[in-house]
Amino acid sequence: MRLTRFLSKNWLLTYAALYVAFLYAPVILLPLFAFNESTIIAFPLTGFTTKWFTVLFESTALHQAVKNSLIIGVVTAVLSTILGTCAARAMVRFGFPFKRGIVSFIMLPLVLPEIIVAVALLVLLMQLGFPLSIWTVIGGHVLICVPFSVAILSSAFQGLDKNLEEASLDLGETGWGTFRRVIFPLILPGVISSLLITFTISLDEFIIAFFLTGTDVTLPVYIWSQLRFPAKLPSVMALGTILLVLSVLLLVLGEWFRRRSAKQQGLDPASGGGFMQ
Amino acid sequence: MTQNPIIDIKNVHKSFGKVEALKGVNLRIEEGEFFSLLGPSGCGKTTLLRMIAGFEEPTSGAVIIGGEPMMGIPANKRPTNMVFQSYAIFPHLSVSDNVGYGLAKKKMSRSEIAEEVNNALAMVDLVGYGDRSAHELSGGQRQRVALARALVMKPRVVLLDEPLSALDKKLREQMQIELRELQQSVGITFILVTHDQEEALIMSDRIAVLFEGEIAQVATPQTLYQQPVNERVASFIGVMNFLQAQATESADGGLGLEIPALGDVAIAKAARPEDLPAASIDRIGVRPEMLTILFDESDHAECESEGVVVGASYYGDMTYYSVQLPETEELTTVSMRNTAGRSIVASGTKVRIGWGADSIVLFS
Ligand SMILES: Nc1ncnc2c1ncn2[C@@H]1O[C@H](COP(=O)(O)OP(=O)(O)O)[C@@H](O)[C@H]1O
Ligand SMILES: [Mg+2]
Repeated sequence: MRLTRFLSKNWLLTYAALYVAFLYAPVILLPLFAFNESTIIAFPLTGFTTKWFTVLFESTALHQAVKNSLIIGVVTAVLSTILGTCAARAMVRFGFPFKRGIVSFIMLPLVLPEIIVAVALLVLLMQLGFPLSIWTVIGGHVLICVPFSVAILSSAFQGLDKNLEEASLDLGETGWGTFRRVIFPLILPGVISSLLITFTISLDEFIIAFFLTGTDVTLPVYIWSQLRFPAKLPSVMALGTILLVLSVLLLVLGEWFRRRSAKQQGLDPASGGGFMQ
Repeated sequence: MTQNPIIDIKNVHKSFGKVEALKGVNLRIEEGEFFSLLGPSGCGKTTLLRMIAGFEEPTSGAVIIGGEPMMGIPANKRPTNMVFQSYAIFPHLSVSDNVGYGLAKKKMSRSEIAEEVNNALAMVDLVGYGDRSAHELSGGQRQRVALARALVMKPRVVLLDEPLSALDKKLREQMQIELRELQQSVGITFILVTHDQEEALIMSDRIAVLFEGEIAQVATPQTLYQQPVNERVASFIGVMNFLQAQATESADGGLGLEIPALGDVAIAKAARPEDLPAASIDRIGVRPEMLTILFDESDHAECESEGVVVGASYYGDMTYYSVQLPETEELTTVSMRNTAGRSIVASGTKVRIGWGADSIVLFS
C-alpha cells in the first residue's frame, strides 16, 4: 500500500529510475559475464575468471582490428576536427552567398540514415574503381563526423568575443598570429571535445565500416564477425568491457580538461563548447 | 590651427547596407590633444573611431593619420591603439602577457619587454599585478590593463571607445581625472568616444558633437557649453531653458530682445553672433545657473522679472527650482547654490528672478 502511494506521488522519479535501469542494465551485464567462468551466457554465474581476457590478448586478428580502428579513429578525428574548425569559423564569423544552403549541406549526414550513406559511398567507390581500404572507411567516417565537429566548434566560436581578435590585430599581430595566439587557445576546449567525440564515433561506427572496409576490418566489424561463434561470446564480452571502461575514461578526461580550461579563463564551467552539458 | 594635424578626416561617408552611419564627416585633430567624440547612442561615434583604427573602411572620403592616407592600410599597420568598450583582455593570458602582447612582434629582448611592461603597469598603477590572470581583476583594473596594453605600444594616437561606461559612478569619476592626467603626462593624442556630456566636458581639450552621422559642432568644452550653435547641441550639453523671443536691429549694430517671459534686454554688437539677422530669432536659451532667485529685498540684478516656484529638487550642494514664468507654459529651471543660512523656497512662493544680457544664449 505504502509503495503504491509512494509511486503515485513520485511518478516522475519512478519513471526516471526505470528509464536509467533500462538504459544501463545491459551495460552492467557486460562486465558480469566477462568475468564468468562458463561459456554459456546465462544466470546463475558459475565462478570468477580472467581467462577471456587472456584469450583476447592472444588473438592476432583482434590486434589487427584494434590497430585499424585506432588508425581510422585518430585520422578521422584529426581530419574532421580540422574541417569542422574551418566550417564553424566561416559559419559564425562570415556571411557568404548561399550560406544557409551550404551549412545545411554540411550538416546533412547528421540526419541521413547511415545505411544510405554507406551504400551510396560503396556504389560510388565501385564505379570509380577505388579499392576498399582503411582510407575509404576514413572518408566515410569524416563525412559523418564533420557535422558533430561543426556543432561543437561553432558553439566554441560563438563564445569568442570578436573584440579579442580585433584587439590582437590592433596590437600589430597578423591574422595567422591572431589565430595562433588568441583564437586557438580559446577554442582549445572545443577542439579537444571535438577530437574526443569524433574519435569515439569513429571507433564504434559499424555500418559504414562494414560496407567500406576491405580486408582490413575495424573493431566493431571484427566483433560482429565473432558473434557467429557461441564459444567466443565471453571473450567478446571481455572486449566490450574494455571498450566500455575506455570510453568512460575518455569522456571523463575530456570533460575534466574542458572544465579546467574554462575555469582558467574565468568562465562558467557549465557552459561553452563542451559536449556534456 | 596648425598645418599638420595628427588626424585629418576628409568628407568621410560610411554606409552599412541601407543605414548611413556617417554622412560627410570632416575633422582635424591636433597632436597631443585630448579629443572627444560626443553624441547620443547610434550617432556613428564608434564607426568613426573604428575607421581611424582600421577596422572599417570609409565608403567614400579619406582618413589621414600623421600625413599618410590610411586607405587600404590594415589595423595592424596603423600607428593607433584602441581601448575597447569591453576591454577585450585576453582571458587566457596573465596581466603581463596581455600588456606585452604587442611587444612580442617588435624586435625586443625578453628583458626589454619585461621592463616596458613594468613601466606600463606602473603608469596605470598596477605594479605587482603582472602575474594575476585576467579574471582575477575588477572592472577598473581591467580598464587599466587595456590602457597599459595600448600605451606600451607607444602609439601616436590612443582610441578609447566608452572606456568608463561599465564602471560605477564613483570609480568612473576617479578614472576620468586619472585618464586626463595620464594623457597629459604622456602627451599622446587621445580620442575618446562617449555619450556622457559631463565626461566629455571634464576630460577633453576639444569635443566634436555628432548627431545622426553628422558633426554639429567642434569646440572647446567652454565654448560648447556657453555658445552651442543650435538648440539641439544646447539641450544635449547640460540643462538649457528655451524661451520665446523677438529681436529688433538696434542702431549700434547690436540687438534689442523682447522676451515675454523675462522682459526686454539689449545685446551688444560684440555678444551677437555675426551672421545672425534679427528676424531669424524666435527662441533664446538660458542656462539654469544664469538665472538667480533674488531672496532678499536688497538683492538686485541687471534685469529682474517675477515667477512662482512650482517645485524644487535638492541635490545637496545645489537646488534646482522649477519656476513658472509669465507668458510661457513650460516651466523654467533655475539652479541655486545652497549657501549658509539659505533655506529652500517652498512651492507656491512668488519670487523675483535676476538675470542679464550675459545670461542669454543666441542660436544661429
Ligand atoms: N557592422 C555594422 N553593420 C550594420 N550597421 C552598423 C554596423 N555598425 C554600426 N552600424 C549602424 O551604424 C549606426 C552607428 O553606429 P555606431 O557607430 O555604433 O554608433 P554609436 O557608437 O554612436 O552608438 C547605427 O545605426 C548602427 O546600427
Ligand atoms: Mg558606440
